[in-house]
Amino acid sequence: MNKKIKFNTKNLDLYYGDFQALKSINLEIYEKEVTAFIGPSGCGKSTFLRCLNRMNDLIDSVKIEGEIIFEGQDINGDIDVINLRTRVGMVFQKPNPFPMSIYENIAYGPKCQGVKDKTQLDTLVKESLVKAALWEEVKDRLNKSALGLSGGQQQRLCIARAIAMQPEVILMDEPTSALDPIATAKIEDLMSKLKKDYTIIIVTHSMQQAGRISDKTAFFLMGEVVEFNETPVIFTNPADKRTEDYITGRFG
Amino acid sequence: MICLIEKLKKEYLGRSIVTLLGIVIILVTLSITGFLFYKGLGTFVTYNHSVWEFLFSSDWKPADNFDGGGKVGAAIFIVGSLLISFLALLIATPFSIASAVFMTEISPILGKKLLQPAIGIFVGIPSVVYGWVGLTVLVPAIAHVFNLPYGFSVLAGGIVLALMIFPTITSVSVDAIENVDNGYKEASYALGTTRWQYIYKVMLPSATSGILTGVILGLARAFGEALAVAMVIGKMQTFPDNILSATNNMTAEIASDMGNSAQGGEFNDALWSMALLLLIISFIFILIMRIIAKKGEEVK
Ligand SMILES: Nc1ncnc2c1ncn2[C@@H]1O[C@H](COP(=O)(O)OP(=O)(O)O)[C@@H](O)[C@H]1O
Ligand SMILES: [Mg+2]
Repeated sequence: MNKKIKFNTKNLDLYYGDFQALKSINLEIYEKEVTAFIGPSGCGKSTFLRCLNRMNDLIDSVKIEGEIIFEGQDINGDIDVINLRTRVGMVFQKPNPFPMSIYENIAYGPKCQGVKDKTQLDTLVKESLVKAALWEEVKDRLNKSALGLSGGQQQRLCIARAIAMQPEVILMDEPTSALDPIATAKIEDLMSKLKKDYTIIIVTHSMQQAGRISDKTAFFLMGEVVEFNETPVIFTNPADKRTEDYITGRFG
Repeated sequence: MICLIEKLKKEYLGRSIVTLLGIVIILVTLSITGFLFYKGLGTFVTYNHSVWEFLFSSDWKPADNFDGGGKVGAAIFIVGSLLISFLALLIATPFSIASAVFMTEISPILGKKLLQPAIGIFVGIPSVVYGWVGLTVLVPAIAHVFNLPYGFSVLAGGIVLALMIFPTITSVSVDAIENVDNGYKEASYALGTTRWQYIYKVMLPSATSGILTGVILGLARAFGEALAVAMVIGKMQTFPDNILSATNNMTAEIASDMGNSAQGGEFNDALWSMALLLLIISFIFILIMRIIAKKGEEVK
């Protein structure tokens, strides 16, 4: 199968002040696949993920070198960051719905892009909730506060909110780490459906999760990508001793 | 064993002292409240005036003796206090919110380096200085700009008070904004919104209850301020026609006549009634703040 490359980094270095958090990362992320990042905490997985939608712009001390090619364009340069973020959505570790109604949470992004038409917004809200497998649970209380939802529902709302922007890529940073097993299963199920339409990149600290849902896996260690390959290869036949040690639970 | 006793002693001693001091403060507050009620009710009990007359009549001629029979209509002072305080709020709040947004979201470095210390200085200036500057600069300026014989006015009082409550509203608003969950900001930016869209649509609405608390605190401060207002308001015994007219307010009237009236006389008691009214109003402000804070908690 010949898939298209969506993201492609070349010798990507990232510094928080003097501290180098990413060391010469070279990765290719393929379209309409789930790519998982695994590795012990503090190894730069979140940092790398946040490079892909320029969220590190929010942190003053960050300095980046190298290239991140997204659809043929280096996004480290002088680009339209707003446009990039509408195309590359993000779901965070802690569910963070806005303190607004369920409807407004989803309509917020499109409205900020200038969508005003009520019927268009209504459709967008419904479609996004359906895609995020939340519609049935919330269709009768769209105008109630999103903060009244359970943690798992809130996280699916955040996914719906990202979907409403009609992005090409969805970045997820440990999206199930704050959830119980049932809510986690629902979100994993959702991801395997979403990958038909979206490129998904997920950071997870659960190797089982990476094994269940991802096509490719990158193993991060101390700011480097030690190994990147098809998920089954990483888990059954890793090339690097450190990867093997990690997945067999010998450290981390 | 001895060590344990020592520890217990220290523990108990500390706790007892703190508890004792707490009780003293509560007792002092209660006695002040009781005293104000005792003194403030004299107008209605001893001198048989109606609350209605006190609140809604503008006929203010209390007799400075123990026979009574004067008029105690305080409406002019009450209206004066309300007008000046709300005008001050109207002037100060936009500046305060803008400064708070600037310090937290637009330029935290400049904000922390310049604005924060400036606000600290604002807080430290005694009110007599505000009044004096108002009297020397603001009052003549108003007279000049609006071509009036003199500039003592509601506007002058409002501006002076606005300067005085600006730091209060600003610093409470800064706290409120800093308390907004950082997750909202990340979520908003990740959806491709601009900084201003985030500020208007998410940040300020989330900080509203905190900002309102600051506004009420500012209002309470404005209501209670006497000296600075007394210096620029003109102390005219009339309702103001507009914000350029001179008038009077409760605190200024109390401050100027409390020493000129006989203890326990009708005049003196009428002033105490105004003091009681100020206390009741400040209780109401506290109540409103509690309610707002509770509402804010519920939203979270
Ligand atoms: N805002 C920051 N400022 C300074 N150092 C940071 C910041 N965020 C993360 N780091 C550091 O960068 C390294 C990588 O962090 P992170 O990307 O969050 O790791 P992971 O997601 O793999 O757990 C860690 O050592 C962390 O302490
Ligand atoms: Mg992380």
